[in-house]
Amino acid sequence: MNENLIEIRHLKKYFPVKEGHLHAIDDVSLHIPKGETLGVVGESGCGKSTLGRTILRLIEPTSGQVLYDGVDLTTLSGAELSKVRKDMQIIFQDPYASLNPRMTVRDLIAEPLLINKVFKSKALVYQEVDELMATVGLSKRLASAYPHELDGGRRQRIGIARAISMKPKFIVCDEPVSALDVSIQAQILNLLMDLQKDLGLTYMFITHDLSVVRHISTHIAVMYLGQCVELCPSKELFKNPLHPYTKALLTAIPVPSSEMRHKKIEVVKGEVFSPINPAPGCRFSARCTEHKESCKGYCSDLVEVEPGHFVACPNI
Amino acid sequence: MKLKLLRDNHPLHEIWRRFKKNKAAMLGLGLLMIILFLAIFADLLMPYEKAITQVGANRLLTPSFEHPFGTDHLGRDFAARVIHGSRYSLLIGISTSFISLIIGGLLGAFCGYYGGRFDNIVMRLMDVIMSVPPVLLSLAVVAALGANLRNLLIAITVSCIPSTVRLVRSVVISVADQDYIEAALSYNASDFRIILKYILPNAMGPIIVNTTMSIAVMILSAAGLSFIGMGVQPPAPEWGALLSEARQYMFKAPYLLYFPGIMILIAALSFNLVGDGLRDALDPKLKN
Repeated sequence: MNENLIEIRHLKKYFPVKEGHLHAIDDVSLHIPKGETLGVVGESGCGKSTLGRTILRLIEPTSGQVLYDGVDLTTLSGAELSKVRKDMQIIFQDPYASLNPRMTVRDLIAEPLLINKVFKSKALVYQEVDELMATVGLSKRLASAYPHELDGGRRQRIGIARAISMKPKFIVCDEPVSALDVSIQAQILNLLMDLQKDLGLTYMFITHDLSVVRHISTHIAVMYLGQCVELCPSKELFKNPLHPYTKALLTAIPVPSSEMRHKKIEVVKGEVFSPINPAPGCRFSARCTEHKESCKGYCSDLVEVEPGHFVACPNI
Repeated sequence: MKLKLLRDNHPLHEIWRRFKKNKAAMLGLGLLMIILFLAIFADLLMPYEKAITQVGANRLLTPSFEHPFGTDHLGRDFAARVIHGSRYSLLIGISTSFISLIIGGLLGAFCGYYGGRFDNIVMRLMDVIMSVPPVLLSLAVVAALGANLRNLLIAITVSCIPSTVRLVRSVVISVADQDYIEAALSYNASDFRIILKYILPNAMGPIIVNTTMSIAVMILSAAGLSFIGMGVQPPAPEWGALLSEARQYMFKAPYLLYFPGIMILIAALSFNLVGDGLRDALDPKLKN
């Protein structure tokens, strides 16, 4: 029943730099059940976006496997890869940079349909575009507008229409609302959730905004410096965070209460390590309040401590 | 009645509508039309014989009704020479610019998009060509192949290609970095389609301006080569050649310098204005 649509096994992506290798994703293993939403959270530069792009093979992984419906994507090429890509789409963070400024709204949404020859005639394609625009809440009169003439929310709707145009099964949402203001964020989130219900989509939702991720995800993966440190159902994470880093993240959420006004928010001490040639062992250990000697040699694999709750910490 | 070649909502209509609003560009287009008209109908306006027939009695006549631009040191009608010269100058300027745009543009686009070893080899080759002064390079090519119009075209084109490659490569690199290229990859757009429909339209602005400006530079560098006798061979008239001939009579007959000089100026200016206007008209962001 709850089979996994996406399964990531020991995925690694190292970028060669002058000093050695930048470990953007280091041995991440995750799975996303069909029809659910995995929220990926973590601070800037922890490899969230790289992870999303590597799953779609927009970035080639260094090693590891990405299984989509049981098929290993990392070994596919040419026509097979194109076929799978129709099922997997991405929504970008910056809705302006991700739309070709020389194309009108209609052309932008029609582009995937034309390239993949989904319909026999152009008339059918444009008919489908009209329907897609209605689905994402874009009025028909905008069809011949250019992206720069629209506001951020409408631009993101174009991005969403384009992503669902080929009826994909899996969509990577790479911070789709972080460039928008709060009222528009809510509209876009609701749209994404409606689409998930109607089209049976599976999401991987990348964000740094914990309140957003709580709203939309069924499962949450917490990332720190290229590694996944905790993976569990969404409610469980907020109720019972186990990894010290997750705890620190959750205390950083501002509480809307007058009692909290004069209390200082506890923040994590120290700086984020450089992801270039990191030392072996737990990467959070230097900033960790519960740091012990045994942390040094720890290989930081996820361990299932409770049913469905995975943590990478030797002290739990 | 209005002539209708295209259906109403065709993108070209839109571009033309925006181009029309730009007064400087329309002025440039008007001047360009006049020069093109002179070049195309040169034979009807003035027979070519008039441009090359030497009449000893008519040496260095000042402009008159019979000879609107006067005559040169061999008694040839200077108006005819300037008008027929426009053919050579425009031919050289336009053809060399476009050939170098096509060759340099393709090379630059491939280098910028794919990068890697191919990029390295091509760019080092371009560095080698660029390290030789352009006049010297053209001179070497003409000296090796022989002095005639075709070899002149080759010589000027070769010396122009490196700068085109560099320009196109740099704009392609900056455009290829954008998110919408990644988006196009995610829905299976082919490299060919990405270069043609995503990168080139967005990289077009500087390329158009560079090409139209280079037409003016080409006319001048052809003039330079003609000046040292390596370009268009006498008695064929060419603006640069006319200028160099007139130089010897600078004080006696200064009008011989004015007319070809002004024609070069007008031609260069009109190409620049049209190029500027075209860049603005093609950019949907500037639409109003």
